[in-house]
Amino acid sequence: MKIIVCVKHVPATDARIKLGADGKSIDETGINFIINPYDEFAIEEALLIKEKLGGEIMIVTLGESSAIESIRKGLAMGADKAVHLVCENVALADPWAVANRLAEEIREHDSDLILCGKNSADAQNQQVGSLVAAMLEKPVVTSVVEIEAEENTVTVWREIESGKEVYELSLPALLTVNKTEHEPRYASLRGIMMAKKKPVETKDVSIENGAIVVEEMSLPKAKEPCKIVGTDADSSGDLANLLHNEAKVI
Amino acid sequence: MKNLVFIEHADGKVKKASLEIISVALEYGDVSAIVVGDVDSATLSQFGASKIINVAQDALEPYSSGAYAKVIVDCVNQESPDLIFFSASRMGMEIAPLVAANLKISMASDCIGFSVDNGTVKIDRPVYSGKSFVSVAYNQMPMIVTIRPNSFEAKENPVSAESVNFAANFEQNDIASRVKEVIASVSERVDLTEANIVVSGGRGVGGPEGFAPIELLADEMSAAVGASRAAVDAGWRDHTDQVGQTGKTVTPQLYIACGISGAIQHLAGMSGTKTIVAINKDPDAPIFKIADYGIVGDLFEVLPILAEEIKKIRS
Ligand SMILES: Cc1cc2nc3c(=O)[nH]c(=O)nc-3n(C[C@H](O)[C@H](O)[C@H](O)COP(=O)(O)OP(=O)(O)OC[C@H]3O[C@@H](n4cnc5c(N)ncnc54)[C@H](O)[C@@H]3O)c2cc1C
Ligand SMILES: Nc1ncnc2c1ncn2[C@@H]1O[C@H](COP(=O)(O)O)[C@@H](O)[C@H]1O
Repeated sequence: MKIIVCVKHVPATDARIKLGADGKSIDETGINFIINPYDEFAIEEALLIKEKLGGEIMIVTLGESSAIESIRKGLAMGADKAVHLVCENVALADPWAVANRLAEEIREHDSDLILCGKNSADAQNQQVGSLVAAMLEKPVVTSVVEIEAEENTVTVWREIESGKEVYELSLPALLTVNKTEHEPRYASLRGIMMAKKKPVETKDVSIENGAIVVEEMSLPKAKEPCKIVGTDADSSGDLANLLHNEAKVI
Repeated sequence: MKNLVFIEHADGKVKKASLEIISVALEYGDVSAIVVGDVDSATLSQFGASKIINVAQDALEPYSSGAYAKVIVDCVNQESPDLIFFSASRMGMEIAPLVAANLKISMASDCIGFSVDNGTVKIDRPVYSGKSFVSVAYNQMPMIVTIRPNSFEAKENPVSAESVNFAANFEQNDIASRVKEVIASVSERVDLTEANIVVSGGRGVGGPEGFAPIELLADEMSAAVGASRAAVDAGWRDHTDQVGQTGKTVTPQLYIACGISGAIQHLAGMSGTKTIVAINKDPDAPIFKIADYGIVGDLFEVLPILAEEIKKIRS
């Protein structure tokens, strides 16, 4: 089974966000970058499928040259090779333009299964996977929490608000991966060593300017300090009254 | 401007999120509502939809995002709307990008602020897990927007509506993926993402049975029940209940966090809440930095009494 995983290089989930000088992006100083969490779940699913059915896993990343760190990490987890589309200002770029470039690359390779994350932690568009699928005319199921792959088909469970939906797809297909029950593995020391020798094809690319343009970025408004109503159950009545009379939410 | 709103419903009842969208769209022109299946269409005109485009559900059963997208694309081609709205729900977020791809237009997701100024649409949306927001401009029509539930008020605005039928035309290759089975969650509660009130439990509840006082309080307020990742990973709750970076984003009026420390990844899923209450034994828990009201105490002692007090107020 040939599997392609789309991986985005994003700020760590515990990063504190400060505004950049242009007022339209973040200040990246001091921020650690990681594999987008859902993409890490996608890599783990790909590895489990490869362990079951054999095959090859390729990572595709569109991002700054520093994104190689996430690519190497994915290779260290066990992916076989990667394509790094080197491009500036990808974080909040128009999702259509991002998907278009990824689709162009994916078209050049054989694949049975394409995995994306449900969403990226920075732009959180929740679009790129579906757009790529539509551009490649492949069936897509989003927000997948469980995958059972066979040689030519996959059964997947999609999380919806009121439960789960089950799909059976014939391959090739694209899935966007939510958090699954398989905690992404740590790269072993051996994996890290081997990753250095795995092939990474690097291409300098540019993406189109889309119709969506970021004009301004802002931080959440500072909150008033918390009103500590009390230190035991006796304060419950006071809390209930505040919620009713002051906050007016009950 | 002409607006097209895709309506979601459950058991014939229009979802509140769809009514909120009609209210947003109505400020910038006429609203046509496209509905697959039978709904109480009086509600749609009550909130301002002046045209109701009905698509018979049987042709589209069982659910296929591809078939839905094809029908909406056909409808857009016929109606030529300027703005096409979906809810940022699981369904909306699956169908909308397929419509965007087919029409070759860009779309903006998860909008929490919306305005139109001289033909330019301006959208506010959270990025970096709600740790910052961007204001984006969009100057191409038609455009697609998905609106985050609970971010706008649904306002009644009765109009008389024209109702038309729209034929679903699609081919086999439009329905490449089609649902085989639906496993309904056992819970009878409101959806987490649509709920006005959410009561959540974390590692501090100590085990699956520790959610009993949380359920009790939630029952008292017809609230949804959420959980931290620690509670989900321990197997006490299903992942559908998880709030946060790798779970759901909720924007209720009231969020009550019980035995949750307030890790930044948890805050990512609930910081857009109007009023946050924290109940935690540890006065230094970071959740108190973001909460509006707090009780420093044992949740097992506080919650049952709080449920009683709230019952008194509500009755
Ligand atoms: C990539 C990534 C993604 C993540 N995504 C998410 C996510 O989506 N959602 C999420 O929640 N987390 C997420 N996390 C995990 C997050 O970092 C925290 O580990 C998690 O939120 C902690 O859960 P908790 O607050 O329930 O547990 P803890 O941090 O252990 O806190 C338990 C709290 O309960 C209090 N307590 C204990 N007993 C009582 C009692 N009897 N009465 C009152 N209070 C009591 C304690 O004082 C403590 O503050 C993610 C982490 C990573 C790295
Ligand atoms: N620049 C990128 N490079 C590689 N994959 C990406 C990129 N942007 C988005 N993706 C993929 O698309 C998914 C959804 O992203 P988004 O639509 O931005 O929320 C991510 O989880 C990735 O799998």
